Amino acid sequence: MYDSSDLRKGLKIVIDGEPYIITDFEFSKPGKGQALYRCKLKNMLTGYTMDRTYRSGDKFEPANLNEVKMQFLYKDGDGYHFMNMTTYEQIDMTEDQVGDAKNFLKENMEVSILFFDETPISIDLPNFVELEVIDAPPGVKGDTATGATKPVTLETGYTIQVPLFVEEGDWLKIDTRTGQYVERKKK
Amino acid sequence: MSAKRSRIILKARIIQAIRAFFTNKGFVEVFTPFLTRAPAPEPYIEAMGVEDGFYLIPSPELNIKRLMAETGLEKVFQLGPVFRKEEKGRFHNPEFIMLEWYSVGNNYFDLMDECEELIGFVLESLGMNRAIEYRGKQVDFTPPFKRLTVKEAFSRFAGWTPSSPLDEEKFDLDFVEKVEVGLASMGPAFVYDWPRERASLSRLKEDDPTVAERVELYAGGLELGNGFSELTDPGLQAERFKVMIEERQKMGKRVYPWPKDFLESLSKLQPCAGMAFGVDRFTMLIANAETIDEVLPFSIDNA
Repeated sequence: MYDSSDLRKGLKIVIDGEPYIITDFEFSKPGKGQALYRCKLKNMLTGYTMDRTYRSGDKFEPANLNEVKMQFLYKDGDGYHFMNMTTYEQIDMTEDQVGDAKNFLKENMEVSILFFDETPISIDLPNFVELEVIDAPPGVKGDTATGATKPVTLETGYTIQVPLFVEEGDWLKIDTRTGQYVERKKK
Repeated sequence: MSAKRSRIILKARIIQAIRAFFTNKGFVEVFTPFLTRAPAPEPYIEAMGVEDGFYLIPSPELNIKRLMAETGLEKVFQLGPVFRKEEKGRFHNPEFIMLEWYSVGNNYFDLMDECEELIGFVLESLGMNRAIEYRGKQVDFTPPFKRLTVKEAFSRFAGWTPSSPLDEEKFDLDFVEKVEVGLASMGPAFVYDWPRERASLSRLKEDDPTVAERVELYAGGLELGNGFSELTDPGLQAERFKVMIEERQKMGKRVYPWPKDFLESLSKLQPCAGMAFGVDRFTMLIANAETIDEVLPFSIDNA
């Protein structure tokens, strides 16, 4: 258990059965009054943020969070299937749980998944992935020098703005943190 | 590296200006002991214990008043470190520099005037304007600063008025979450007439004994100072200490030895007023520092 004096930015605690991270913290002591610990907290499952003020002597349960190396197997009607690379155990995640990562997940990709107890919360992708273009409108000739872009569709279904020279069948390097095109790869 | 260096120099200049201000006005600088056997039994201030039954002072208040009572000194100031266990945050470090000054014949309204004068003098000595910017907000120290009672501050920022007996839980919470937030956007302000439950070592107001003659100075969201028309009645002070000690016992906190020497001297203390002023926080304001650590040579984390 944590005590109020352990509270600090970045600490992860359980409130009403859900994991929260402290995103902002301030120690306050009104004139001659009791010590108060003001926290901004973010729910790690829903992203919901809230303010809470705690007192001396309040106790907190540490959130049991683990990062596990997993391999993405495939997606079907039941969701996204992953395999623990040490134990070979398989887990499923819903589209909601996968979130934006679904735009970049490729079969056999190695990712790291954050668990709260047994519940997967978030996926940490490699910073860069290479994905194939499956649909591209033809580029407009003579416009390549101006930095103009066009939308193309990748194998994951994700639509992205790319330079006009990109064609169907090209492989693109994508930055998963920004979701943006980096460069065309020779394959 | 150079930012820290300039803040250290700034604090040195502020301290020199403070000394000049009080010395020019005929105050005597004193160094009462930093070790004490009997810190004030404040319910929410924890003294740090050292060997052989001594504590580091959480404030020089008892020592200064005892010295004035025993010697008849009428204008006294002390500038030096004080120590408070477990206080660590953006505006708190367990060890910090406190200025305290006391003058016989003054009351808490005189303290407000003196604060305005002191801050003006320091800013002028630094070659600075009265209006400074702190964390993107203008803080204008041109006198007079705003003055509002605790009741006015609560009705304005928290939507209710504290009454007697005080709902201490609600008072503390709303003070921190609403009143302090409101005060942060109104420039320097004195908040005075505190509920009697928070009188500490101050005199109760004659025409309204539900409040005490106590004042706090706020500027830029920081509590800079706390002052009292001092309680000089040893019987009343002893009763109040007993209540404080009971509160400490109820909370399972350490009970300090009875401040007998202080109480014995108190009958000889002439009516006076005294103010405590946080020098590091004042330096934060002037240096536009976000945390107290930025104006300390080393914070407690790497002391």
